[in-house]
Amino acid sequence: MPDLKGWKDIPIGGMIVEAGNAVEYMTGGWRAFRPIWDGDRCIHCLQCWIMCPDSSIIVEDGKMTGIDLMHCKGCGICAEVCPDKVKCIDMVEEAKTAELEVK
Amino acid sequence: MSEFKALGGNAAVAEAMRQIDPDVVAAYPITPQTEVVQTFADFVADGLVRTEFVTVESEHSAMSACVGASAAGARVMTATSSAGLAFMWEILYVAASNRLPVAMMVANRALSAPINIHCDHSDSMGARDAGWVHLFAENPQESYDNAIQALRIGEHPDVLLPVMFMHDGFITSHGLERVEVNDDAEVKEFLGEYNQPHSLLDWRNPVTYGPLDFYDYYFEHKRQQVKAMEKVKQVIIDVGREFGARFGRTYGLLETHKLDDADVGVVVLASTAGTARMAVDNLREQGLKVGLLKPRVFRPFPAEELVDALKHLKAIAVMDRSISFGAMGNAGPLFLELLAAFQVYGNGRIPMSNYVFGLGGRDIVPSQIETVFHDALKMAETGKPEQLVTFLGVRE
Repeated sequence: MPDLKGWKDIPIGGMIVEAGNAVEYMTGGWRAFRPIWDGDRCIHCLQCWIMCPDSSIIVEDGKMTGIDLMHCKGCGICAEVCPDKVKCIDMVEEAKTAELEVK
Repeated sequence: MSEFKALGGNAAVAEAMRQIDPDVVAAYPITPQTEVVQTFADFVADGLVRTEFVTVESEHSAMSACVGASAAGARVMTATSSAGLAFMWEILYVAASNRLPVAMMVANRALSAPINIHCDHSDSMGARDAGWVHLFAENPQESYDNAIQALRIGEHPDVLLPVMFMHDGFITSHGLERVEVNDDAEVKEFLGEYNQPHSLLDWRNPVTYGPLDFYDYYFEHKRQQVKAMEKVKQVIIDVGREFGARFGRTYGLLETHKLDDADVGVVVLASTAGTARMAVDNLREQGLKVGLLKPRVFRPFPAEELVDALKHLKAIAVMDRSISFGAMGNAGPLFLELLAAFQVYGNGRIPMSNYVFGLGGRDIVPSQIETVFHDALKMAETGKPEQLVTFLGVRE
């Protein structure tokens, strides 16, 4: 989580006075299931990038390179839309991810 | 030039709204407030104001439209009563929490059931923790004056809170009295322009109102509202003084009548203070040292100032036009808060008792208030109330 500010240092009424500040809000802590991506099987169709509601699919030079786990809430849409013949994203319970090596 | 007119409270407030010429009024008619909206609708139709008048399908929508318009940067007013206020409940909190200085007239009326269109204070008292500033008027003149001051109070940069200003349904809303109506241009000058610091329509500085706010920041935003409430008292005093300097009628947090040398006092809100003033004068003629205190402001509760004005008394009777059901003694909110105030700011123990009266528009007459004073005088002798809460004027 980012540093939390005191009541004197924030805009009144819960107002958001800067555009695009959602990136500062780390929502990864909400996640119950973590998407585990297998880069070797990925065909970079970017369906997951289109559908991700939290812009958490990281793409560089037109290719998927990973998942932004600081913002991913674990909704599983990426795994769902991954084409049937590929299915390179598995949703794994957070509690069981400790033993996995996350790429 | 100001002029004197024969106006009921509602017509007087509508007159104030004509002079204020708010950017947006969103309202729904309900007895006994209807006359305000109806009269103001005439002003709109006749082109006397430039207001965008939004005729909504409910009070929930009325307050929602007010919230949206105020966030967009408009100066916004509305009016309601009773069930209408209750129907706004959810959005009352939204207006206060979003820090939107909407001004709303409330013609106090009993809540259902059984259905009743007459005066008591259950409606606005029920909303006392919603985060609004609450002003009470005794008569049409005060209601007119409060209408003009409400916006200045709410829009103050230290405050930015909505303000509801009450007058007693039918008794004040429909009772014709002599009202001094200020000069149109003077009212506009007194109000000045409202510059919403974070307008939704300011596309160069985009803002979001009302986003999700969890355990990490919600509490901080509530703390900010407390700070704003703490600032309100001084702003009310300053605005009331400035109003007095310009228009000749100065306002503060409370008003007293023959209280300074009194042995016992009655504390009562709104129109009943007028009746109580008469009872005080009657008893003074008999040589009884009685006095009156009429709070003008209920939120923020002027605890220190009330105690300061009352602490020399030997007994205090507090009259409430509503019940806080299930509270200690099923007493009224004014009494309960004043008891708490004396616990914190009072020195020594002054016996206090509560009189719940006038529910559903039940008349309250000078002779009844005189019995309250006689009880208080007895209480001053014995040092304790005969009973904590009396339901005055109810048939056994």
